[in-house]
Amino acid sequence: MNEIQEQIIEEFSLLEDWIDKYNYLIELGKELPQIAEKYKTDEYLIRGCQSKVWLNVEEKDGRLHFTADSDAIITKGIISLLIKALTGRTPDEIINTELYFIDKIGLKENLSPTRSNGLVSMVKQMKLYAIAYREKLKS
Amino acid sequence: MALILKCMNFDINKIRADFPILSRKVNNLPLVYFDNGATTQKPQAVIDKIVEIYTKYNSNIHRGVHYLSNYTSEAYENSRKVVQSFINAKYSHEVVFTSGATGSINSIANSMCQNYIKPDDEIIISELEHHSNIVSWQVQFSGKGVNLKVLPVNDFGELMLEKLPELISEKTKLISITHVSNTLGTINPIKEIIAIAHQHNIPVLIDGAQAVQHTKVDVQDLDCDFYVFSGHKIYAPTGIGVLYGKEKWLDKLPPYQGGGDMITSVSFEKTIFNRLPFKFEAGTTNYVGAIALATAIEYVQNIGIENIETYEKQLLEYATQKLSSIPELIIYGKAKNKASMISFLIDTIHHYDTGMILDKLGIAVRTGSHCTEPLMKRLGIDGTVRASMAFYNTIEEIDILYNGLERVKKMFF
Repeated sequence: MNEIQEQIIEEFSLLEDWIDKYNYLIELGKELPQIAEKYKTDEYLIRGCQSKVWLNVEEKDGRLHFTADSDAIITKGIISLLIKALTGRTPDEIINTELYFIDKIGLKENLSPTRSNGLVSMVKQMKLYAIAYREKLKS
Repeated sequence: MALILKCMNFDINKIRADFPILSRKVNNLPLVYFDNGATTQKPQAVIDKIVEIYTKYNSNIHRGVHYLSNYTSEAYENSRKVVQSFINAKYSHEVVFTSGATGSINSIANSMCQNYIKPDDEIIISELEHHSNIVSWQVQFSGKGVNLKVLPVNDFGELMLEKLPELISEKTKLISITHVSNTLGTINPIKEIIAIAHQHNIPVLIDGAQAVQHTKVDVQDLDCDFYVFSGHKIYAPTGIGVLYGKEKWLDKLPPYQGGGDMITSVSFEKTIFNRLPFKFEAGTTNYVGAIALATAIEYVQNIGIENIETYEKQLLEYATQKLSSIPELIIYGKAKNKASMISFLIDTIHHYDTGMILDKLGIAVRTGSHCTEPLMKRLGIDGTVRASMAFYNTIEEIDILYNGLERVKKMFF
């Protein structure tokens, strides 16, 4: 699990200043495979006061696969990293993962609850999905 | 271009030196503070006053027989007179201290719904309103069948005054309108609105949260029945605000909250409320805030609100011209009469993205819906970037914003 986080930290360590970091996030945001249009509805919307985030999850062979989108590109870039860290994992792995890389790469401010960009709620929602699927897969 | 600032008696460097926060750095760059619509920075005199009260005079007001209590009580009542003179109220007891503009509106909404606004009645607001002048009413109206009628805006963000007469009916109990739009900067023709309302014997509440710091307000000349504003938007601390109400209205309305200091006599059977303004000031008020508000108002008066207005108009003109030179930039709110703020978007770049990059450049702006979701819906967008300027901002800072926006463009296009 943490290998991916370490990999992201290493990638970012090569970027010298905030401009490079944000340019990279913007690139990631542009590349993020967008959520299928049918999921860009209120049902899948995680409301932030500043930017909107849509999140969908699909379960395959006991693993959860996330897709997401946002109306803001920087938010999308960070979504791309969060998905990279959590997608394709088992519910237990997702529940037990501590997302420490955001802090390490100097983007903590983006994941602050006061930013209300929807990202904190998105991480929470991903974990909640994992809890729900863990119960569902048990039964 | 800097030469356009031909305001006499206005030493911008001296003014900036009065605000200690303006000399700090953010992200290793000099702070450019363009979020004055959200809250303003405090001059040293206001900060000193707060420290002075807590250091030398702190004591609860109106209750004590001792020296300190008398001192703070007098200072508090003197602040009321400073506010009275600032907005030219007829009596000082028409000035009620509250927690802010939102607190003031909630207070009036609650009081009015106790004995004045009845089920099936209507009040008129506008499409420009801040949520505080929408939700405060909805909270009180909940389940009572009272309706909000909405005066629309045109594409420039100006109120469509010609629609007002058709909204007025026998059921209309109040018109509650903002003086200046917090999102677009539109200065509304409130004197005309008040005159029309009074022809129908309808009282008018003016939300002056975005106005008193920019322009002269004379409540007697306007003839408004209520005028509310927040201290923290006029260089005073947070948690203090003003509710001005005409004597006849404040006498007529019941108090919003019960508690100490607002009563004449209390028994378990019957309580006699105190006279104005104390009837509306239950419990220990924010007396330190009120005293510091007076200091802030005196600071503003010392510079001169007319000088501030002239200077800020020039800032607005320069900023509008400079930002308009970015072809992809769309300005929202093109009213003829505007306060010193600009709401905008750069093409399809999200306001949050623009705000994040500007923050990295030391520039503080506000992004989002600015607590005016109905207005956003009318404009067909879900948010803007808002640069709101105060008299301590400079032409050079507008240039820094312009360069920042050019940087944003490079990063996202």
